[in-house]
Amino acid sequence: MFPLITDSGPDPDMSIAQPVLKAESISKQVSSPEGTLTILNAVDLSIAAGETVAIVGASGAGKSTLLALLAGLDEPSSGQIQLCGKSLHGLDEDGRAALRAQHVGFVFQSFHLVPSLNAIENVMLPLELAGRRGARELASQVLEQVGLTARAGHYPRQLSGGEQQRVAIARAFVTRPTLLFADEPTGNLDSVTGERIIELLFDLNRAAGTTLVMVTHDMSIAQRCDRTVRIEAGQVAA
Amino acid sequence: MKALRLAALALARDAKSGELRVLLLALLVAVSALTAVGFFTNRVSLAVGQQAGEVLAADLRLRANEPLDEAYFQDAERAGLRTARVANFPSVIFNGDDSALAAVRAVSAAYPLRGQMKVADEPFGPAQVTDQVPARGEVWLEARLFAQLNIEAGSRIQVGSSELIAAKVLDYRPDQGSQFVDLAPTLLMHLDDVAATGLAQQGSRISHFALFAGEPAQVAAFKQHLEAVKKTGERLSDLQDASPQISAAVERAGRFLNLAALVTILLAAIAVAIAARRYVSRHLDTAALMKSMGASQRLVLSISVLELAMVGLIAGVLGVAIGYLAQEGIAYLLRDLVRGELPSASLTAGGLGIATAVLILVGFALPPLLQLRRVPPARVLRRDLQPPPLRYLTVYGMALAVLIGLLAWLVRDVRLLGYVVGGTFGTFALLALAGWVLVRSLGALRGSVGVSWRYGMANIARRGRDSVVQIVAFGLGLMVLLLLAVVRDDLMLQWQASLPADAPNHFMINIRPDQADAVAAFFSTRALPTPELVPMIRARLTHINDVAVSDIKFPEERGQQFVEREANLTWAQQMQADNRLISGNWWTEADASSPQVSVEVEIARALGLRLNDALTYDVAGETIVARVSSLREVQWDSFRPNFFMVFSPGTLDASIGTYITSVHLNAEQRPLLLEFVRQFPEVTAIDLDAVLNQVRGVMDKASLAIQYVFGFTLLAGITVLLAAIQATRDERRYESAMLRTLGASRRVVLQGVAAEFTVLGLLSGTLAAVGASIAGYFLATRVFNLDYTLDPMVWLLGLVSGAVLVGVSGTLATRSVVNHPPVATLRAG
Repeated sequence: MFPLITDSGPDPDMSIAQPVLKAESISKQVSSPEGTLTILNAVDLSIAAGETVAIVGASGAGKSTLLALLAGLDEPSSGQIQLCGKSLHGLDEDGRAALRAQHVGFVFQSFHLVPSLNAIENVMLPLELAGRRGARELASQVLEQVGLTARAGHYPRQLSGGEQQRVAIARAFVTRPTLLFADEPTGNLDSVTGERIIELLFDLNRAAGTTLVMVTHDMSIAQRCDRTVRIEAGQVAA
Repeated sequence: MKALRLAALALARDAKSGELRVLLLALLVAVSALTAVGFFTNRVSLAVGQQAGEVLAADLRLRANEPLDEAYFQDAERAGLRTARVANFPSVIFNGDDSALAAVRAVSAAYPLRGQMKVADEPFGPAQVTDQVPARGEVWLEARLFAQLNIEAGSRIQVGSSELIAAKVLDYRPDQGSQFVDLAPTLLMHLDDVAATGLAQQGSRISHFALFAGEPAQVAAFKQHLEAVKKTGERLSDLQDASPQISAAVERAGRFLNLAALVTILLAAIAVAIAARRYVSRHLDTAALMKSMGASQRLVLSISVLELAMVGLIAGVLGVAIGYLAQEGIAYLLRDLVRGELPSASLTAGGLGIATAVLILVGFALPPLLQLRRVPPARVLRRDLQPPPLRYLTVYGMALAVLIGLLAWLVRDVRLLGYVVGGTFGTFALLALAGWVLVRSLGALRGSVGVSWRYGMANIARRGRDSVVQIVAFGLGLMVLLLLAVVRDDLMLQWQASLPADAPNHFMINIRPDQADAVAAFFSTRALPTPELVPMIRARLTHINDVAVSDIKFPEERGQQFVEREANLTWAQQMQADNRLISGNWWTEADASSPQVSVEVEIARALGLRLNDALTYDVAGETIVARVSSLREVQWDSFRPNFFMVFSPGTLDASIGTYITSVHLNAEQRPLLLEFVRQFPEVTAIDLDAVLNQVRGVMDKASLAIQYVFGFTLLAGITVLLAAIQATRDERRYESAMLRTLGASRRVVLQGVAAEFTVLGLLSGTLAAVGASIAGYFLATRVFNLDYTLDPMVWLLGLVSGAVLVGVSGTLATRSVVNHPPVATLRAG
């Protein structure tokens, strides 16, 4: 339904066998008025390059926390995470950000477009943050792939929910990330639009050979992934 | 570059959405207030600077109270210098029944030696430079005198016993002294006409000036010569002596206006702080997103800092432009007090305005911005994640440092800085406390009002801290305006009412001893009370306890000033009824052999005098030593002749002085004055009503200019209100949607909002009225010794203007929130 990216694959320096994301016994505790709360407890996870993984579980099970830790948005209380062969341990916030700029893309439930930038500028943003050249050309190519060339100059509030998520997907793929994290990407959309967005996401992902880690509670979406990891009470359910 | 581009994009977008409007407005108000004052004082000091070379209308000036020795002029001409003569004295001038007090300035043909005069053909008409002085039989008057005497160019006026033609309007003379006028406007006449007026008699209050100009070397040599030969009581000035005083006066006035502007800056800064906090909360998501996409903390912060810096720059430039226009307003209000054309302002004040905008941003907006740097990137997944709270030191330390820095720059005096800082914080703390009490007291009222009012009051109480800030911001501006507009007028009226109806309103000075009886008879034969004639002698204090006054360090500056000029002395057998003995004893007949002096208590303090100190006076070359035998308190506003120094009888020689007296003339008796002046041309009659009116006119204009500057303070109060409304916008939108969903009509919700802001305005008005009344009470009872009666006008004006200003602007600013469709709000959650 949309033209696909065909010229890209996973980083050549990474063999298929080697995991692109590896979590060893990671735990996350937070202090709360009721005492220390364990959100994740000794989670082990290994995801190979090109694999698509769905993380499922009841709300409050720790899915989003796991995603935040895997993407280096937050630090685990204990345990090790390796992202694209680099350990996150010992990297400060800026160091992890630099790693994300190089390897990671995101798609969020609430789209998170920058309201002050129009569609194409939103797509250009990660390229500019990574200091890449030719951002506008690249961005407009990807916008074309998600079918939004006509809307390139529109601001987020002028776009429908589905269009906003398409811009967000274009933004996620424009840097050709090794890893794409998606957090309930259809959570804020009606079922028809959600279906189309999922189609688009999987199509682009397949074409680019990106590793996809997706948090969802929709089992039909989870089943389209190579593997499903269920989180229950902060642990990976067998 | 990357940060700059992103900042520019964010700025364009935020500007379009109105997100930065309040921040910009607050900065604009602050910058324009400060630059308006800055530009104006800059123009005045430039004018002073440009005219510094001409303040004496000469290079060297010798001043005396006696006619100057001809030898000085001959010596000067021999030394190759040009010379001119000037005589100054006050006199009442007449046109029929209309009279005005004028500072008469009689000049010789060569005047001025430096600079040029400007004259116009009609009052306030276009002025031209002239090389002439008034011809014999003509005078040039300042425009004000034309108005006061009700005359036009060419009219004849009475000056002493001469009738002279008011030929031209005097627009500018080089030695008009400071840019701020002395009380009486100038009448310029030819020196040779003075004798015919009969105004220049021995012992009159005439100042004689000799002006000299020439090559610097010759002037310097002649100055040395004059210093060697001049008599005591003759004072020599050159440019170095003259200009610093004027610059100091201008600087003081400028500093005062600056402090007035500072209150505005302070309030605007509060608005900036509130707006910046709102900016941060609206940008947390974007900052987290940028971080999730790999932006460094530094980049995230830079974008916002650059965006605000651009806002600061825009506000700075625009504010400077507005300030430049606004200073024309100050110049207009003070147009009669500032003589001559003011030069255009230099750009320094403009640079300062931009610097102020940046400083306010650094002190009040930067600390909250620092939070953006520390937003957890995981906020993209969990919106409830907040950046760690800032340390108090960061938030308040920066603000405090900037404030004290600004104050220090404006005040430039460490001791004064302490007072101002203490006073500022004290006032704010007191006002905040009062505001808090007011907000708390609303609780009691809530049960007894309708639903809209209850909802409004509940909102004020719920946002307690914000409400207090808003009440203080508004109340402060209103309070100052009430104080200047209403209380000042009340005090003036109360003071006038406190004077007895028959208090003297005319002073007659320069009465020769041989005329004393005739003057007394003039009034008694016209069925008026016989006035009491008091002898008066001009003399200079030379030693205290045998120590030369030049070697004494006086406790107060007033003491130093007192010994630098001649003062009026008198003698009396009995103490006047309006005097009160503080310590020591009044003399009796038995004391006749030893010279004694009774000293007014304030000047005694300024001079550091105690009982039994010996004062040495130089009275026209004769040395008189008297012992301080008592200290007196004087009721100056009795309008009877009063003196700092009263000597025992026989101490001063009666023959060398003049007499002074005061009389009360009611409106119908005023024509007598003309008769009096014709009969005694050399006696100077001073109309106190006219003097008081002049003082009042100056005060009115000055206070209008200060009120103008405080008008910006009120604007700053509005920006605080707008910032607070903006900060609660999302909350209000949600509340309004909830209320409307529950069945409230749009009107009811709007009424609630109107009630909230009207009550807020009433509270500000209460605070302002209480503050102005308390200040009025203290001024009346402690400073002016008057009975203070509460003026209901203060309350009426305070409450009404507070309710209207805050009510209207608050309701208008919140209207769009209420108009927002509730479904859209609730769906967006």
